[in-house]
Amino acid sequence: MPQKIYITGLGIVSALGPSLEHTVEALRLGRTGIRKIKHLKTRYRGILPAGEIDFTNEELAEMLHLPSIKRYSRTALLGMLAAKQAWQHDEKLPLRTGFVSATSVGGIDRSELAYKHFMVNNDIRGCLHKMMSHDCGDSTERIADFLNIRGFVSTISTACSSSSNAMILGGRMIQNGMVDKILVGGTDALTVYTLNGFHTLKILDEEWCMPFDKNRRGLNLGEGAAYLTLESEESMKISGSQPLCELRGFGNTNDAFHQTASSPDGAGAYHAMQLALKRGNLDISDIDYINAHGTATPNNDLSEGTAIKNLFKDYIPQFSSTKSFTGHTLAAAGAIEAVISVLLMRNKMLAPNLNFHDRMDELNIEPVKIFNQDVELKTVLSNSFGFGGNCSSLVFTETA
Amino acid sequence: MNNQVYINALACISPQDTLNAEQFLQSSEFVSGSPMRSIEPTYKEHIDRRYLRRMGRMVRMGVAAATKALADADIKNPDAILVGTGMGCLEDTEKFLRAIYESDENIASPNQFIQSTHNNVAAQIALMLGCYNYNFTYVHRGFSFESAMLDAILHVQEAGENKTDILVGACDELTDMYLEVTSKLNIWKSKVPRHSLKYNMGIKSEQGEGAAFFAVSNQRSQNTIASLDALRMVYKPQSSARLTDEIDHFLARQSLTLDDIDLVLLGYDGGGQKGDVYDEVVNSVFDGKNQAVYKHLCGEYKTAGAFATWLSCEMIRQQHVPEFVKWNAFEIDTIRRVLIFNNYNSANFVLSLLSHV
Repeated sequence: MPQKIYITGLGIVSALGPSLEHTVEALRLGRTGIRKIKHLKTRYRGILPAGEIDFTNEELAEMLHLPSIKRYSRTALLGMLAAKQAWQHDEKLPLRTGFVSATSVGGIDRSELAYKHFMVNNDIRGCLHKMMSHDCGDSTERIADFLNIRGFVSTISTACSSSSNAMILGGRMIQNGMVDKILVGGTDALTVYTLNGFHTLKILDEEWCMPFDKNRRGLNLGEGAAYLTLESEESMKISGSQPLCELRGFGNTNDAFHQTASSPDGAGAYHAMQLALKRGNLDISDIDYINAHGTATPNNDLSEGTAIKNLFKDYIPQFSSTKSFTGHTLAAAGAIEAVISVLLMRNKMLAPNLNFHDRMDELNIEPVKIFNQDVELKTVLSNSFGFGGNCSSLVFTETA
Repeated sequence: MNNQVYINALACISPQDTLNAEQFLQSSEFVSGSPMRSIEPTYKEHIDRRYLRRMGRMVRMGVAAATKALADADIKNPDAILVGTGMGCLEDTEKFLRAIYESDENIASPNQFIQSTHNNVAAQIALMLGCYNYNFTYVHRGFSFESAMLDAILHVQEAGENKTDILVGACDELTDMYLEVTSKLNIWKSKVPRHSLKYNMGIKSEQGEGAAFFAVSNQRSQNTIASLDALRMVYKPQSSARLTDEIDHFLARQSLTLDDIDLVLLGYDGGGQKGDVYDEVVNSVFDGKNQAVYKHLCGEYKTAGAFATWLSCEMIRQQHVPEFVKWNAFEIDTIRRVLIFNNYNSANFVLSLLSHV
C-alpha cells in the first residue's frame, strides 16, 4: 500500500466570500455568488454574470497587510489570501516542505493593461512593471515568498484541471518520500482576456448557469483561489497537525478528442474517475457524492454525465455542480471544489446544484436539488476537466 | 532513486543546428546573433499537415521535437506526456490581446484564444497520438522543464518492475513584443562576467528560444544515451552557504564527491551575475573543475535547462566536448558524469546529474 496522504489545512476565497466560514454559510443558504460583473473593466460590465469577488485589489492588499499592491497581480493577491488560511508551519521543525500552485491566466490581469497601453501609445514605457507579473510562475513565487516556503516550488497549467493536478503532484511527491508536507492548490483572477475568450467560444450563459439541466446554455466564469496542506502520517506526528480527511485516490488522463470539446462518451472523464477509484483501492459503491465538473455547457455536462453513467451504471451517487455557486474559476476550480468537498464531508451536508429544473433528454440523471443536512459522506469524488483534453479526478475519504 | 531513469532518445530545435547533433558538436563554429532565434526545420516533414495549419511557432517547435524523440525511441503511446514552458504560447496570447483591443471586445474568432492555452503542446501531442495517458504541463519559470523531468522521475519510481516510457520536454518562443519589453527592462544587457576568456568566444547571451524533448524510460534500450541520476531544484536560497550545502548534499546522496564529476555545465547568461550568489558558489565550489557554458548557444529563456540537458546528453553520447562550450581550458578523455548547475534570474537554481551508461 502506498503511503497515505492527509489533508491538514484548507483555505479558500471565491465569490462566496474570503473564508471557509463564508463558503459553508453560502452553501447552506443556497446563496450563489454569481451576479452581474461589477469590478472588471470590460464592456460586459453590468451585462454578463460572473462569480466575481467583491473586493478591489486595494482591499485585498489591505486584508493581507501588504504595504503596496503595485507589484501584485490579482491572481497573486487572491492566492495569498487563500494560501495563508491553509498553511500553518513552524520552520524549525525538521520537515521537507513544498508548494505547487496552479494558474491559467497568471498575471494577465495586469499585462493586458500593459498591452493596451502599448497599442495606444506604441511604447511600453510607463507600464513595464505590469509585464513582470505576466508569467504563471509569478503568482506562485509571490505566495511562496509571502509564506516563506523555501522547498520545492512549482506551477502547473493544464487549463481547467490545473489545481487538481497540483494536488495530484503534491500527493505523489509525499507518497514517493520527496516531501513531508506540501501546500497545493490554485488561483485565477477574472480577466478581460478569459472573459472574451469564452465569450468568443459562445459558451457563456447570459443568465445564471444551469448545470446538468436540459436547457443549459453555457457557463458563468468566476475567480478565486483555494489551497490545501497535504501531509504524510510521519509529518503529522512532527507537526502535530490533525487530519481533516484523506486524499485517497486520483486519476489523470487525456481525452485526446478535440482541443476544446469533450468526447461524446466522455472517455477521458471515465478513465480519470476509474483510475482514481483504482488508485484509492475503492469500488464504485463506495462513492457517496460526486462534486461534478458540471460547467453547464451543453458539451461538458452531457459528456461528463455519460461518463458517470457508464462508470456507475445502476448505482449513480448523489452529485452536484457547485459552479452554480462560484462560477467556473478555471485553474482554481479543482482546488475550490476540493475544499468544498472536504467542507461538505466535515459538516455532513450536501450542497445543491442550483438552477436545475429538467433532466437532459439523453440521460436520465438528476443532481442534488436542495440542501441536505446530516448526510454521512464517507467518500467523495471530485472531477475537473479542461481544454486540451486534460481530465482529473480526486477521491477524498473520511479519516478513521 | 530506486529505479534508473534512462534517456533513450532526444531531439532539440534551437538557434544552433541541433537537429544535426553530430555535425554540430564536432564543428568548430556556432551561430551567434541577436536575438537568438531557432533554426526551424521543414515542419511538414515532422507534423501532419492537418494539425500543422493552426499551430503557432512554439507549438510547431515543440511538437516537431517531441515527434522526432518519440520516433527515434520507437514509442507510439507514451505512459506520460510532460511538458514545461516558461511563457507558454506568447505569440497567440499577443494576437488575442491585440484582437481584444482592436475589436473593442467584439472578437470574431476564438482560434487564438484556444491556441494560447499553456497546455497546448502537450494536448496536441496527445491528440496526434491518440494518447489517453497522464498529461501535465509545468509553467514555473526556470523550473518549468525540471518540474516536468521530476514528474518523469516519479513515474519511473512508481512503475516498479513494469516498463514505462515517458515523453518529457520543454519549449518557449521569443516574440517581438517580448523582446521589446525585455530590452526596455535591461534584463539581459550583456555584461561579460569577470572571468578572462581563454578563447575568444564572445560569451554573451541574448534572449533565446527553443524546444528539446526526451524519451525517458526505466528500461535501457540499444540506443540509451545517458541516465539521469539526480535532479534538484533550489528556490531562492538565502545565502551562498545554503546553496553550497545543497550541492554537497546533492552529491552525498549519490555517494559521490566532486572528483567523480568530469564536467560542470554552467548557466551563466552573461547578465548581472557578477559577484552574486551563483557566481560566488561556482567560484568556490567548482574552482578547478572542467567547466562549460551553453547560453551563448541558445540564448537565455525559462526552459534553457532543456537545451543544457540535450547538450549534456550529446556530449556523453559523442564523448566529446566542443571547444566553443569550454569555460576554462581542459582536455578530457572520458565523460562519465556531467553535472548541470543552472541558474535562472538568481531565483531558480537547478542541479542535474547525467551519466554515461
